[in-house]
Formats: sequence, C-alpha cells, structure tokens
Amino acid sequence: MAISNLDINTTLATKILSGFIKSELSRVGFTRAVIGLSGGIDSALSLALATEAIGKENVLAIRMPYKASSQDSLDHAQLCIDKFGVQSLTIPITEMADPLIAFDPKMSKTRKGNIMARCRMIVLYDQSEAFGGLVIGTSNKTEVLLGYSTIFGDSASALNPIGDLYKTQVRQLSRALGVPSEIIDKAPSADLWADQTDESELGFTYAEVDKLFYLLVDQRYRVEECVDAGFDEAFVQAVIKRVRQNQFKRMMPPIAKVSNRTIGYDFLYLRDWGT
Amino acid sequence: MTKMKLALAQINTKLGDVDANLEKHLNLIGKATARGSDLILFPELSLTGYTLQDITPTVAHRPTSDDPIFRPLLEASNEIDMVVGFVNEDERHRFYIADAYLSEGKVLHVHHKVYLPTYGLFDEGRFFAWGDSIRAFDTRFGRVGMLICEDFWHISPPYLLWLDGADILLLTSASPGRGLNDDNRLESARWVEHTNQAYANLFTSFVAHSNRVGYEDGLHFWGGSTVYDPNGELLAKAPYQEEALTFVDLDLNQLHRTRARLPLLRDERTALVERELGRILGSNDRKAHTGR
Repeated sequence: MAISNLDINTTLATKILSGFIKSELSRVGFTRAVIGLSGGIDSALSLALATEAIGKENVLAIRMPYKASSQDSLDHAQLCIDKFGVQSLTIPITEMADPLIAFDPKMSKTRKGNIMARCRMIVLYDQSEAFGGLVIGTSNKTEVLLGYSTIFGDSASALNPIGDLYKTQVRQLSRALGVPSEIIDKAPSADLWADQTDESELGFTYAEVDKLFYLLVDQRYRVEECVDAGFDEAFVQAVIKRVRQNQFKRMMPPIAKVSNRTIGYDFLYLRDWGT
Repeated sequence: MTKMKLALAQINTKLGDVDANLEKHLNLIGKATARGSDLILFPELSLTGYTLQDITPTVAHRPTSDDPIFRPLLEASNEIDMVVGFVNEDERHRFYIADAYLSEGKVLHVHHKVYLPTYGLFDEGRFFAWGDSIRAFDTRFGRVGMLICEDFWHISPPYLLWLDGADILLLTSASPGRGLNDDNRLESARWVEHTNQAYANLFTSFVAHSNRVGYEDGLHFWGGSTVYDPNGELLAKAPYQEEALTFVDLDLNQLHRTRARLPLLRDERTALVERELGRILGSNDRKAHTGR
C-alpha cells in the first residue's frame, strides 16, 4: 500500500475550523449556532468546534429521536451535551414523520429514512429562527463524496466546518477535542432503522475508502495507479461511480440559461460579498 | 539611509468594501507612524479583498491624488512610505491586480500582477488583465521591487528585479491556506517560506512578505508574514491566522557585508543567460518552452 498520510495537526485544524465558524457567523450578524446531535461522531465534532469558536452558551444542541431510534444514540448525544456544557433541547420527530409514513403502507426504509432526515432539517431550521443561530453542518468529506446523505435532509446547513475532513480525520480531531470515547469507538450509523451501520450498507470501511480517496482526490492518482498502490480495481471503479452519480447532491440545482447573465454561470459572487 | 524600520500589516479585509478597508489602512498607518516606521507593507488586494469575481469592476480605482481612496493615502505617505494592494483600472478599462508604492505624497511605482493563477481554486485570469512589466524602482531606502503572490511562485520575476537593481523585494499576497497534514504549518505556508528564504539566499537581498489573514467563504488566508535578510536569516515572522502589525529593523549595511563575502550578484553571467535564453526560445525543439 502506498503511503497515504491522513494524519492532521489537530491544533492547527481546530484553529482554522473554529475560526471559520466564528467568522462566517459573525459576518452575517450571528453569534449563535444550532446543531442537530445524533449521538454520532460527526455532529459531536461539529459541536466541539462550535463550542470552541463561540462558547458553550451560544450553542444549542438538539436531539431529535424517532421512535425506532436506538437508546444509545440518545444517550451518546447527552454525553456530548454534558461534556461540552451547551444548551440543549430534545424534540422527538415521531409525531411529525408518522402521518406521512402511514400514507403509504408499502413505503421502503430508504423513503422512511429520508423523511426522518428531512423532519430533522425542519426542526433545525425552525430552531435556527427561534434561537437566533445558524445551522452548523455535520457532513464529513467521505460522506459528501460518497453522497451518503439525504439531500435537503442531513446535508442541509448554513455552513459546514468538517466537510473537508475524511472520516478518519474526524476521528482523530474528535479524540483531540475530547469527544467521549463511546462515540468515537462505536460503529458509525445513520440509525434510521435497527442495526443499520454505514459500513455494512456501503460495503466497505471508512478506513479503506479514506485511503483510496486520499490518493484519488487529494493526490490525483489515476485508476491504474490506485491499483498499483494495492487497491482492488472493482472497488476503485465502484467508488468512482458512486462519487460521479452523487455529484447532484453537492451542487445547487442547475438553472437553464436563457439570458445574458445567469445565476451560477456568469453572476458570480461569494456568499461573503460585502462583508 | 542605512536603517529602515519596516511594518508588516497582516490584515483581514472586507470583501468589496473599499471604504471600510481604507479606514483600517489609515488606522494601521497611524500606528506604524507613531512607532517611527519608515515603510508599511499591506498584503495583496488589501483595499478590496481577494475573491472579487464580479465585484471587480465596482471596486477599481486609479492611484491619483483626485481619487477618493488614494487622496488620504497619498497624504499619509508624507509621514511614512507604504505599499497598498488594489484593483487598478487603466485608461482603456482593463482591470489589474496591483500594488502601489506611495512616498512623500507621490506614487513612485505601480506593479500589475504578471502571473494570474487560473487553476485549482484560482480563477484570476477570468476577471483580471495580465500585467506586462517587471521593474525595480528607486526609493529613499535604495532600489526595490514589488511582486504579488503568484509572481513569486515563478523564479523569473524576482530574478529580473534583482538584475534590475532591486536589493529589497517587497512581496504581497492573499494566499489561501491549503494542505493540512501532521505538520504544525500548512503546505502552502511551508512552500512560501522555503521559497522566500531561498530568494534571500540566492539574491543576497532582503525579502519582505506581507500575507493576508481572515476568511472568504470557506477559504482562509494563513498570514505568517516574514522578513529575511541577505544571509537568508529570518528577521521577523508574524503569527499564523491572526491579524498583526509586526515591526522589524532592517540594517541595510548587511547588503555590503553579505555581498563582500558572497559575490553572487557580481558574478552573475547575464550575457550567458541572454545568449542561452535566445537559443532556447528561438529553437524549434519542441521540448523548449516558448510560451508567452
């Protein structure tokens, strides 16, 4: 296997990412943040970074269990709330989601999972207004590349501090910032149905795909070079296909161009325009 | 003049808000003047912010005394010399990334960025015109040269300035941080520091670099402004990722001492360079680079 160094300097990472949260909140007039806390490592890390950036009194963590969610998820989220001392709310989504789910008795678990993810998005954006804080994203680079998320659901946020960190790096930084070890050590899961785990659903481990992504994305290796470095060609091709098929989740919807100046093509400004 | 007190103004900017940025400039110019500084060096596009895109034409200025942004700066330059970064719109309405050197109420020199990175995360060539000259110029501290960011990622601009008589290189940038690994500095920081130190060594010259800090959307600028002396020794370094006004004393006699020991400038074979460049660029050998 080729050298694929995913280690990061956690002090420097914390400085850059907490500075990002503070800057991007304050320049649009906010001092507070809202984070959906699943009990998993990604939202725990976003919470830790937000707390570092703006102080625990300005961070609202929200637990949003569905009736089928595991008790562990709820407990682990509470561990984080206690550890970082942030404000918190628990808003169950069962009564939001179930009437829609009941509408179709044959509904697939993927559809149910998407409904749950989007109910949570509604709760977060409502609390964003109520609390006066922006929604902090919790999607890491591995899942964004794989498209392992619900569009307009868990992928929805105002800003995302961890979207350029692979899952492996999320683990390293979480450890450095004191995320409870129960959360770091457990198998990652979207917890949309019983015994779901990311790695069994994806068919490979994060450790494995992160090493591949490091070569493919960061180091610009070609497929044959990845194979030379020890990766199975079928695995490499399957990952590349998945990344391509999920490009739509990483973009704003394309606008059909008819005028001389079109948003997204030749009307180009950063979001930080004027600030 | 054998001593120079330099101030490195490592600042954040407001994207597209020239008035707010001007206010910050005047504030820091006041502080540097109060500390007895001779020259204050601001980073690339210090008056406008970096990722301008379609903002570009709306924040362009001309460095003249009737310009509302340059008038107060030129007035302040009676107290202290300064390098400021801005968007220059020429008389034919081309927009350049530019640095202006102001001294004693006058514009001594304007440099237009000659290398516009248009790859990876950069898109400068889409919005700006390419500068077309590299010139050293005389100041009260001797002959200096200015370069902007990608200009000094290429070896030829500092080399040309050296041959044109510059003993002090004034480098400005808005360098987005990238390449986080297990080192305590970013790959982009490591690269620039190595390069600038190498220029100080190779050209036996002073090399001062002012870099930006702050964020623009997801980009952050890493700061870490430095000054190296003609021996390649680090004289000063500003912190990473934080605004800072860093003061450093330059003993210009170090040029005499270093070059007495190490006569790289004396021995530089420019006629040989010219001959070989002529041969290389004139050849039909497709391996030779014959670009713009």
